[in-house]
Amino acid sequence: MPSAEELKSRIESALPGSRVNVEDLTGGGDHFRAEVESDRFDGLSRIQQHKLVYDVFGDEIGGPIHALSIKTSTPMGDRT
Amino acid sequence: MTNTEIREFIDNAIKENPVMLFMKGTPHQPACGFSARTSACLNALGVKYAALDILPDPRIREELSGLSGWPTIPQLFVGGELVGGCDIVTEMYETGELAEKLGVEQPEDEPEVDAPQLQRAPLGLENRLD
Repeated sequence: MPSAEELKSRIESALPGSRVNVEDLTGGGDHFRAEVESDRFDGLSRIQQHKLVYDVFGDEIGGPIHALSIKTSTPMGDRT
Repeated sequence: MTNTEIREFIDNAIKENPVMLFMKGTPHQPACGFSARTSACLNALGVKYAALDILPDPRIREELSGLSGWPTIPQLFVGGELVGGCDIVTEMYETGELAEKLGVEQPEDEPEVDAPQLQRAPLGLENRLD
């Protein structure tokens, strides 16, 4: 069962330099919320930003990770 | 129904319905909190939309995600384009971007008060799966 800490470090290594906060919403290891700040998101649409985060986990989304709620931002604070 | 037929059905649903929501359950009886919240945003805006329940057959979700490249449910399409899932739709609702995209007025009250404005009766995929 994945932990919030594991998700956080996997996102951080996939998106170097990002600031990540992951919360286990239910404590059950299957519903998570991730807040990710990365300059990789610059100029990307929300869909593209969220896909970058989903792509870290591939098929695990909908499997072991039942739900991953995502909020993305760039270090400048603006979002496209 | 074969996987290819399911995929074609989904593809047509996205093309034919200007506002198309794939969800767990129905707008009247959502089967998941994320789907409920997403349809509530559309209901609050008073837009007409078509909705398809992905639960009757796991292949619906597989084919949908294969088409869209988006792993989770719900998925909202406007004008044939994927707008996003619950997080993005909720965020766009709150900032008024969703109202703008759909060409409607942003209401002052909170979502989950209005009844769904379904564009038409259920699309009927669930009756054709066998």
